[in-house]
Amino acid sequence: MATSYGPLSVWTVIVAGGLATFAIRLSFIHLFGRVDDVPPWLERVLVYVPAAVLAALVAPDFAPAAATVEAVLSPELLGGAAAVLAAWRTEDVLWTVAAGMAGLHLARFLL
Amino acid sequence: MDSRFPPDLRDGVRDALPLLLGIVPFALVAGVAGIEAGLTPLQTVGLSVVVFAGASQLAAIDLLGRDAALGVVVLTVVVINLRMLMYSASIAPYFRDLSARVRAGCAYVLTDQAYALALARYAGDREASTRRPYYYLGVALTLWVVWQAGTVVGVVFGAAVPDGWRLGFAVPLVFLALLVPAVSDAPSLAAAVVAAAVAVIGAGLPFNAGLIVGAVVGVVTGIVVDEAGVASAGEEGGGGSDPAEGH
Repeated sequence: MATSYGPLSVWTVIVAGGLATFAIRLSFIHLFGRVDDVPPWLERVLVYVPAAVLAALVAPDFAPAAATVEAVLSPELLGGAAAVLAAWRTEDVLWTVAAGMAGLHLARFLL
Repeated sequence: MDSRFPPDLRDGVRDALPLLLGIVPFALVAGVAGIEAGLTPLQTVGLSVVVFAGASQLAAIDLLGRDAALGVVVLTVVVINLRMLMYSASIAPYFRDLSARVRAGCAYVLTDQAYALALARYAGDREASTRRPYYYLGVALTLWVVWQAGTVVGVVFGAAVPDGWRLGFAVPLVFLALLVPAVSDAPSLAAAVVAAAVAVIGAGLPFNAGLIVGAVVGVVTGIVVDEAGVASAGEEGGGGSDPAEGH
């Protein structure tokens, strides 16, 4: 799935994303004294951002195209299941990726 | 030469070393995935240097590879990195006496890991501000250097590996590796499940709106479930304190 965006578009994303991220990082470090703390409502929102965003990002990659046995037994889904198991047991990126790739290729070989 | 190294800086570097086991594969994936998604080597390394925040980089690569709307890509990067607002607020008191330029430098290299280690070290003694940033910088700069080097190696490796290896699949796997620990209680589980369902249902929407709508609805769900749980049960083993709790 290669992008069809040209260099200008890609660099725009890189620079805009980088500036915004830097602004977030600098925010309170720069303003300390004038603004001392994250507002409580924002803090509550931020607690659930990682779970919600990561789930929304990853779900379409693993959603089966149809509710058939063939679609559910896809190498991607089996690799993903292996990765979830590894993530749950180890909470380690390396083991999770290794288990997921092994699951994917094993399933491609067997199915 | 060694003696001119502030001891705090050395301590920071040393404490960062065990983290590299987790950082290196992540950085390799960032490099490989950029190439797989059709970014040039320079763009992929540029992303690591300019943004320097792993999960958001992978999200940007993933979305660019799917030709998502550019605004959605940037918005997703921002949302993923919003958590660093809390780190910034929490660590700001320790950087208060530094010059604006040094503070900007400290901010640029702020990461989950550098924040967590530095705060653990600084908490408890708020004086002695002169050498304050050395430990933090020891951790943060070590991670920065390894992150950039890992991205470069990933770029080279990614360009050499045949498509049949399906290395691009490592991107959703890294998301899973980050997602599973983030689901630590009932509200965060509800947030994840609802966000996933909405994102799948909305997958066909233009501009990848399903992602943004799913994330927003998921966060709201998490808060609602949290409120309901607090109202009814009072407490039920709210154990797993996540890094999102900085004060």
